Amino acid sequence: MKRHLISAADLSRDDALLILDTAEELSLVADRPIRKLPTLRGRTVVNLFYEDSTRTRISFEAAAKRLSADVINFSAKGSSVAKGESLKDTALTLEAMGADAVVIRHQASGAPYRLAGWVRGSVVNAGDGTHEHPTQALLDAFTMRRRLGRLDGLRVVIVGDVLHSRVARSNVLLLRTLGADVTLVAPPTLLPVAISSWPCEVSYDFAATLPKADVVMMLRVQAERMNAAYFPTVREYSRRYGLDAGRLALLPDHAIVMHPGPMNRGVEIAAEVADSARSTIVEQVANGVSVRMAVLYLLLGGADLAATAVPATVVPATAVPATAVAATAVPARTTAPTTTTTEVSR
Amino acid sequence: MTGDGQAWLIRNARPLGGVPTDLLLNDGFIVAAGRGLSAVGAQVMDAADLVALPGLVDLHTHLREPGREDAETVQTGTQAAALGGFTAVHAMANTEPVADTAGVVEQIWRLGAQAGVCDVRPVGAVTAGLDGSRLAELGAMADSAARVRVFSDDGRCVSDAVLMRRALEYVKAFDGVIAQHAQEPRLTDGAQVNEGEISGVLGLTGWPAVAEEAIIARDCLLAAHVGSALHVCHVSTAGSVEIIRWAKSKGWRVTAEVTPHHLLLTDDLAVSYDPIYKVNPPLRTHADVEALRAGLADGTIDCVATDHAPHAAEDKETEWQVAAFGMTGLETALRVVHAAMVETGLLDWAGVADRMSARPAAIGRLDGSGTLGASGSLEAGAAPLHGRPIEPGSPANLVLYDPAASSTVDPAGHASRSRNSPFAGMVLPGQVVATFLRGTPTVLDGKLAR
Repeated sequence: MKRHLISAADLSRDDALLILDTAEELSLVADRPIRKLPTLRGRTVVNLFYEDSTRTRISFEAAAKRLSADVINFSAKGSSVAKGESLKDTALTLEAMGADAVVIRHQASGAPYRLAGWVRGSVVNAGDGTHEHPTQALLDAFTMRRRLGRLDGLRVVIVGDVLHSRVARSNVLLLRTLGADVTLVAPPTLLPVAISSWPCEVSYDFAATLPKADVVMMLRVQAERMNAAYFPTVREYSRRYGLDAGRLALLPDHAIVMHPGPMNRGVEIAAEVADSARSTIVEQVANGVSVRMAVLYLLLGGADLAATAVPATVVPATAVPATAVAATAVPARTTAPTTTTTEVSR
Repeated sequence: MTGDGQAWLIRNARPLGGVPTDLLLNDGFIVAAGRGLSAVGAQVMDAADLVALPGLVDLHTHLREPGREDAETVQTGTQAAALGGFTAVHAMANTEPVADTAGVVEQIWRLGAQAGVCDVRPVGAVTAGLDGSRLAELGAMADSAARVRVFSDDGRCVSDAVLMRRALEYVKAFDGVIAQHAQEPRLTDGAQVNEGEISGVLGLTGWPAVAEEAIIARDCLLAAHVGSALHVCHVSTAGSVEIIRWAKSKGWRVTAEVTPHHLLLTDDLAVSYDPIYKVNPPLRTHADVEALRAGLADGTIDCVATDHAPHAAEDKETEWQVAAFGMTGLETALRVVHAAMVETGLLDWAGVADRMSARPAAIGRLDGSGTLGASGSLEAGAAPLHGRPIEPGSPANLVLYDPAASSTVDPAGHASRSRNSPFAGMVLPGQVVATFLRGTPTVLDGKLAR
């Protein structure tokens, strides 16, 4: 694997499968009484969040803590990137703190690439502007594989504001790498003009794509897009591109419904669909922690682990296989404090 | 400055890449050209194998003074110009304060005269404060000591069709030209990179070609309607070249420029998200680059203009979308044109002289035509003569260029106060060896002479 995870395109098929397999093993930790592994003890993971994103930040924080990393939450929310401390100066600060990994969420597309040029640690993209969100795509792929048993040849329909969606970009790239066939559905205004160069199909007819779909992924659509004339009204958007019970009925029985959250119930997805048995929305959140554990583990710990592995005999029976995690769990109450919260307000 | 009394005898230079010739410069003029010249008391310079071109004229330079002296000053900017082979630059109006009054353009003109290494021709703003709502006092700037003839809101488009029409009409009274920054503002709200494959993949707001082309088409029609002169700044798309070719075929008074960077670089450089490649208009596709080169070669695009846009480091060491637009270009322009146009066989050195000296001088009314009455001297109320052929009687504005040289671009060595060259690290051909402004060397041995 590369040193950073910024784009889903950074991952080869083998890399992606290794992450998914590792996540599968690590997910077992969640079922244990003590949900903690000492794998990243002494390593520092910084969550650098320039945008509000409670779910993604908490997911990364939980992942890092379950691996016993020291977690620093550096929240720059509310600060304009055009004012205050520059990203470069912040990067140099994190560098001085000895961050082994920086998880960055930023409103500017490409900000993680800039950061990677200024810090020595690994950079993990937790969503950059309208560019990419690779761990979301990994957790989506993880969820699909768990539910449907495979990714190769899977038919995935992604619906909504593709133009502004980092989730769509990462999913198209990753699913292509993993052998799935992606069809994008959106009003033409919400597709990039050069969409024909993407490795996927495009359709303006949502209903027509449904009978053959294994997965339908609904993207959040922002009502403000209406003001920029991307579509006439929220109601018309919902009517043409929303997933309601009627469209749900067009899906094959095995098909699942996904949404990266947060949802606009009644806009891109009807409440009864979101809450149906086909919906994996809550499951996606749980899977997010396992996938992010795998990413941090492989970027930070993977190389060292084999050398420091303890004998398998001391691994509790419920622990994950030694290939992924090879140390005994430490009781939580004896664990050193692992969280330093640095709220930076500017 | 009309020479410093020192005569120069340049031996065996090749005017426009032709046969070796001696050139005798005295009292600010070329006084003799031919084989085997001699002159008592003249400084002799061996220019064997060097191409002699008329001093280059840049129609589009941002000198940043007044207001952003941390990025560039008239002094450092004109030094950069001299090192690039320029003897005249047109200083764009988007300074702080804006060059929209006689007072400001005269200030810039005087700073240029004091720096003394390259003539500075102020460009006046079209609208007061560049706000696009009412005309600046164009006549006052034209009548000032700076004798402004080129007017532009560059950096912003005069998007209001009525205002553009009035500006084009108004400057007819003093033989002015409106240089339009063609960018339809609504189509480029928040735009970052050329709209196409790259913008879609990078998730950066696209800048459609049509935003440039629609304004150019409109302005050509307006210029034709009122019978005035339009100059199109930094043409960047294949479609723009087509529209300008069509307008010229009608006999309309439309001229156009292309930047060195649009002749060499493409939008895929943005994949690094390094804002060193962020520029307005944005870098376009390979097909656009090919069309721009062809347009410059066939004369549809009249000239090369640098759009030299220095920026302080902190304005470029940022996320892409908050970084400033612009690239430096004075010190690399001739070398980039050499690589893009001469090495490709699209232009010979006579063609380069035409596109980088004669034609921009004519558009800026510095070639002695029109009402400006440009002369070989630099006095208040007059304008200096540029873009003249290399022959006796012409002002001794010359650049001597070594086409066989080649080196890696290192902005750290540039005279410009800023370092935002997109060519950093690239190997480019050629080397400006010497520049003469009215008979006085401003550059010798590739270094500033004064």
